Amino acid sequence: MTIEERKLDGNAIGGVLFEIFGTEVTAATGVCGSCGAEGYVATLDVYADAPGIVARCRSCEAVMIRIVRADDRTWLDLSGTRTLQIG
Amino acid sequence: MSEVVDAVQETPRVRTLVLEAEGWEGHRPGQHVDVRLTAEDGYQAERSYSIASAPGQRLALTIERLEEGEVSSYLVDEARDGDRFELRGPIGGYFVWDGGVGPLLLVGGGSGVVPLMSMVRHRAATGDETPVRLLYSSRSYEDVIYRAELDELAAHGDGFEVFHTLTRSQPEGWTGYARRIDEDMLREVAWPAGDEPRVFVCGATRFVDAAADGLLALGYAPTWIKTERFGATG
Repeated sequence: MTIEERKLDGNAIGGVLFEIFGTEVTAATGVCGSCGAEGYVATLDVYADAPGIVARCRSCEAVMIRIVRADDRTWLDLSGTRTLQIG
Repeated sequence: MSEVVDAVQETPRVRTLVLEAEGWEGHRPGQHVDVRLTAEDGYQAERSYSIASAPGQRLALTIERLEEGEVSSYLVDEARDGDRFELRGPIGGYFVWDGGVGPLLLVGGGSGVVPLMSMVRHRAATGDETPVRLLYSSRSYEDVIYRAELDELAAHGDGFEVFHTLTRSQPEGWTGYARRIDEDMLREVAWPAGDEPRVFVCGATRFVDAAADGLLALGYAPTWIKTERFGATG
């Protein structure tokens, strides 16, 4: 499978994000820490079949969200996201 | 937990499971759930599946069996009444349509039609009068999910229209489209950009990109188009 065919979008991680934030996040808007583009979390490019989940900015492809889950722990890296507006 | 209470074979590779879910408080058309299966040795596998039913109807998931799909092969071939598995959801607040806003263009590829069907069923169940056109791409006639129900809904002539394209094989006398979705097809089927339609596109990544690019070329604004891509691991 090519990288392009593996690409999902932010809808696919709605369940994981709900577990982390306790609320629906796919309709939240995020601002990319690299290029400043603003968009719905649902529209991010998502690669979910790596060891973790990686969500990239659709404009500049910079990593905005990384999530790794193991047993009873979840590790969340939002350093590529400038802001996240929920609700 | 949820329990299988009924099953419908939709096509050779696609089945609908009707579920009784504990504590289920309803959903919005377009939302999905995460299904988690746990093996006896503790191994877990989780996949997302769109909800096919309208709000207020019995909860139904329509699942396509994917090559070597460890979850989908169980759900399509093995699951039977009384089986129980973990369900998380409903999930999603972006790819949803609650009615009223339109005109609506729905573009589905294969089992990408499932969340769109929830919207179509919601429209029918509530008597919503939003004009809706569904452009639905399948490999062959046998692969068309919900074929009879879509025909019946379209026959009402109440503002719901369905356009099929069959990309791999067509039955004799087929009068619908017979190719992948392209700009010319969208120009014939889609609402004029001047109507400021709202669009939901769901399918595999390449399908979604082709549909969205075609609509942008017709003058659609990016903000009118909501997309959901599904993966090839099942």
